[in-house]
Amino acid sequence: MNHYLHFVRVDQNKCLGRMKCMRVCPTQAIRVKGGKAKIDEEKCIDCGECITACPTEAIVPLTDPFGELTKFRHTVAIPSPALYAQFGQKITPGKILNGLKKLGFDDAYDLAFSCGEVSFALQEYLRENEETKPLIINTCPTVVRLIQVKYPSLINHITPIDIPREIAGREVKQKKSKQYGLKDKEIGAFYITPCPAKMISIKQPAEKEKSYLDGAISISDIYGPLLSAMENSDSEESDESIDNLCILGLGWAMAGGISRTLKLKNSLTVSGLPEILKVFDDMERGKLQHIDFIEAYSCLQGCIGGSLTVENLYISYNKVLRLIEELELKKIKKCPDVREVRKKYSEGYFFKKHKLRPRPLKPLNDDLTEAIKKRKEKEKLYKKLPKIDCGACGSPTCEAFAEDVVKKESSILDCVFMLPKKLRDLSKELSGLLNKTKPINNTEQNNIKHEEKGK
Amino acid sequence: MKDKENVLAQKFEIKGRDFGRAGNISSKIKEILQETGISTSIIRRAAIATYEAEMNVVMYANKGIFYFSLDPDSIRLKIDDKGSGIKDIALAMKEGYSTATEEYREMGFGAGMGLPNIKKNADKFTISSHPGRGTSLEILFFLNDSESL
Repeated sequence: MNHYLHFVRVDQNKCLGRMKCMRVCPTQAIRVKGGKAKIDEEKCIDCGECITACPTEAIVPLTDPFGELTKFRHTVAIPSPALYAQFGQKITPGKILNGLKKLGFDDAYDLAFSCGEVSFALQEYLRENEETKPLIINTCPTVVRLIQVKYPSLINHITPIDIPREIAGREVKQKKSKQYGLKDKEIGAFYITPCPAKMISIKQPAEKEKSYLDGAISISDIYGPLLSAMENSDSEESDESIDNLCILGLGWAMAGGISRTLKLKNSLTVSGLPEILKVFDDMERGKLQHIDFIEAYSCLQGCIGGSLTVENLYISYNKVLRLIEELELKKIKKCPDVREVRKKYSEGYFFKKHKLRPRPLKPLNDDLTEAIKKRKEKEKLYKKLPKIDCGACGSPTCEAFAEDVVKKESSILDCVFMLPKKLRDLSKELSGLLNKTKPINNTEQNNIKHEEKGK
Repeated sequence: MKDKENVLAQKFEIKGRDFGRAGNISSKIKEILQETGISTSIIRRAAIATYEAEMNVVMYANKGIFYFSLDPDSIRLKIDDKGSGIKDIALAMKEGYSTATEEYREMGFGAGMGLPNIKKNADKFTISSHPGRGTSLEILFFLNDSESL
């Protein structure tokens, strides 16, 4: 039995069993039993919807506290490009990187360059793999997990090129260990993350390999301190021009950005899980064979819509777009050299070391004959249920409840409609019995008649 | 004859031109196959075949009935529709042949891949048609490798 680590945890003391999480969970991984939410680790894809939905803050993401930094001799912050979109137009990426250093990191690494490298590598891969189109970008860990769990047949469509944050982590460790004569593990590479899903992709990558990053700190945790660090900083010491930014990197923060910066002609962009499900359903039916490339993000509008961001995501979108537009007009484009990337690509530098494997859900039974029986049982039971998906039983839908009963994880009497029905049936049976039996004496029968009239 | 207890059978009705609900049957069947632990590659093939078969009824017939059954050895699909039928089956089975209107092509359908695609993905495929009355498809997937040989 596999055990999957998840970044979400339910604080049993804070959970009041209000079922908001259960209703928003896109994979129906949550049940409320005994008044407390429980997450099924096999079904959870780390999307973070439950964190946002919880009214009592009982579901907490496991991002790293700031204190983790002291464990390393040299620390480097690697911010998601989404961080650049959190502040006003005047606060440039250069200023933000400088602010991070003021906060206690020994260095801050701009991810844009790695994004540029990966963009070129992707172009190569797309060219070489026409027959597996459409290819799906692997940058969103929730999308990767969704495919592993619900669309295992699409797994070959996910790009096997490593994501920019991992490439950057590898680069940082290599450079810094040489520069300072330190061991890899003495260098702490921290990702500044817009969403909790990336945390788990660092702690337990979907491909079961080790991450080059050491942890993730949420944008919302670092936002306040970073803002004051930037206010106090001397504007002369930080690089405020955007000339050193690679244009190919900014797009990675927002939905459609990769296709735009790579100038891909035939791509499809989708964000938000319910919409992604529709697109993947169509893809599985063979409807998207004319599309080359799919950008899918679990959060609306891409990473700038992550649950750990601060700024309104549409304002963030506007900022990233304006930065890209500004850079498109500039002559200086500090991007990686294509020839160099192609060379590294042919050497296999950008490829993930392990193959992504499907994680299909456990069937109703391992034996097909038994599983068919269980499925029939489930359908029979479902027909009897009220089908209003009230959730009072602790399962998100009547259908999920039928499955839980068949799996013996719930009792049929957990359904608030089934219990009165059962009681009614019982009372009918009782009164039937009562009518059949001869009265013990006349007084008793008179009493019963009297009561019935009284109703 | 299969032991009835081991057979999961369902019947779906399809209305012609009902594009809003097109795809629902293949979603439902996929869900059943996933829950019963059918292998990923068979699910994929079945998903494509069911969808194409469903779309054929939606696009070209007035109405149809879609029978699905699953037993420990096979997945069986039978689709009977009432509609114009197919005059020349051999021609309809050719890749790229299509009678789809311009509108359907605009929507990404009618590339003349429907029937050949079903045949390509199924382990066994039979088609019969009465022009002016309707078409019947039978699609089979074998769940044990030995049987598919």
